[in-house]
This record gives sequence, C-alpha cells and structure tokens, in this order.
Amino acid sequence: MRITPDDLVIFEWGVFRLNATILFTWVVMVLLVGVARIMTAGLSDAETPSRWQNFLEVLVAGMRDQIRDVSQQDPGRFLPFIGTLFLFIAVSNSLSVLPGFQAPTGSLSTASALAICVLVAVPLYGIVAHGPIGYLRTYLQPTWVMLPFNVIGELSRTIALAVRLYGNVMSGAVLGAILIGIVPIFVPTLMQLLGLLTGLIQAYIFAVLAMVYIAAASGARGGNDGPAAGTQASDNQP
Amino acid sequence: MDNVGVIGAVSIVTAGLTLAIGSLGPAFGEARAAAQALAAIAQQPDEANTITRTLFVSLAMIESTAIYCFVLSMILIFANPIWNRVIAAAPT
Repeated sequence: MRITPDDLVIFEWGVFRLNATILFTWVVMVLLVGVARIMTAGLSDAETPSRWQNFLEVLVAGMRDQIRDVSQQDPGRFLPFIGTLFLFIAVSNSLSVLPGFQAPTGSLSTASALAICVLVAVPLYGIVAHGPIGYLRTYLQPTWVMLPFNVIGELSRTIALAVRLYGNVMSGAVLGAILIGIVPIFVPTLMQLLGLLTGLIQAYIFAVLAMVYIAAASGARGGNDGPAAGTQASDNQP
Repeated sequence: MDNVGVIGAVSIVTAGLTLAIGSLGPAFGEARAAAQALAAIAQQPDEANTITRTLFVSLAMIESTAIYCFVLSMILIFANPIWNRVIAAAPT
C-alpha cells in the first residue's frame, strides 16, 4: 500500500521522474488558473453581474471577512497569500473524490512546501510591518532568555503545520483503501463523504493558522514598545 | 523467530499501542474543548462565530498529536525503515 503519491511514478525519462504528486499539483494549478481566467474574462460592474462573477465575489469577500476577523487588520495585504493557500488545498482535497486523482496535499513533500511558504512569509510580513530591527526584537520579546524557545517554536509549528495537513489527507486515503478491502461499496463512500468535509476544514484550518502566525508577527502588540507604535497608525488605513 | 519476524511483530504491536494511547489523550482533550465551546455558545449566542472559529483552530491543534501518532503507526506498518534495512541486508 502507498502512503504517499510520491512513490507512484507515472513517467520516467533519464534522471527526470514525473510522479503523481507533481502531475496532480500541476493539474490543480492549471485548473485554478484556467477557471479563474475564464471566470474573470467578462467582469463588469453592471447592476446584475454574471453568476460566475457573483460566485467569485462571494468567495473573495468571504475570505476578506475571515482574514479581517482573524488578524484584526486590513486584509488586502494578506489576501493573495492566504487565499491562494486556501484555494489550492481546498481544491486538491475536494478533487480527491474523483477516481484516479491522488490529492497532492496527501504527500509530505507538498505539505512541507506549503508549510515552508508560511515559514518564509511570517518574517517577510513581520519585516514589512516593523522593519528588520523591530522584527528581530520580537524574538527577544519577554526577555532574551526566551530566544531559543522562540526559534524552536517557529520551527516546530512549521513541522506541525506540514504533518497535520499530510496526516489528515493521507489518513482519508489510507482508510478508504483499507475499507475497500473489508467492506466494499457502501462504507468507503461514506468515508469519502466525510473526507470531503475534513478536507475543506483542513484547508480552512491551514489558512487560518497561517494567518494567525502572520498576524502575530506583523500585528500591533502591547502598545508600550517602539515598533508597535508606528504600526498602530498604519493599521487603521482603510 | 528470525530478525525479520521479530521486527514485524514488534512493529505491529507498537503501531497498535501508538494509535490506542495516542488517540486517547486527544479524544479527552477535544471532548473538553467542545463541551466548553458549546457551553460558551449557549451563554453567548451572539459570539457563536468567533467561538466556532476558535474551536476549529484549537481542535486542529489538539488533534495534531493524534495525527502524529497515526502517521507514526502508518510508517511502522507500511514504510518501516528498519524492516527495509534488514531485508536488504539479508544474506539470501
């Protein structure tokens, strides 16, 4: 039994090996970009927008609201990154009900890649908000004794983020495969239905956790230290 | 029993124990979290949105320990590195 789609090599040419993870990642990417391209082709500000435009507006507005609720900041800066994470994970988890489709998020490589994106994004947003010195000072936050623990915390939550996503998606696939062996047809279908729900919740949780981490690095904190004072004013921009 | 048999038996027993113990703790933790959240929603229905979101995030955090145990037991059963090494080193 496979516990990762990395092992399923579809096409091999010299040192270049195309495994199922890469293939289905590109399928999801092409799908997302293509559908978004087609949907946004006829954008208008008419009284009654087309139904596709309506759908996109609901999606984007919903994500903006969630980001604003979680971060208590203007969502504009975070929307591209967090929204992309959410859409990619949600689409690849939902498509896993299609026969033959292996969710790329069910591979530890993809999950780690996404978590490393978050690991890199946290300092970037923090530096944009507080400047390099101000961001580095947050590692010494309560006292300088906490420096190693802050660094370990940063790394361990990245690993947790990756393994959580991988474990949840992989457990759905493995459970389905095992149940097909014991009780065919009916029970695996129910588990796949449950897997749809879990997949969407996992996408939501991944995005919210990424947002929480970024907001903790870039948000206004305390109010009595130097770096936070400058951002408090800029956070209130519309 | 030869080496391969011992490793197989120990891996299977350990995988079962890992899942059993590893799902017990998060189950209690999630039950407590959900019960508290339900009580909070019953007291303040207006805050249901915030409470539900926080509940989801904290459930995911609690659940991750169970997921670690699951991943570990899957590795023990299906992708055991020690098993593979012993098989590769076997003189057959």
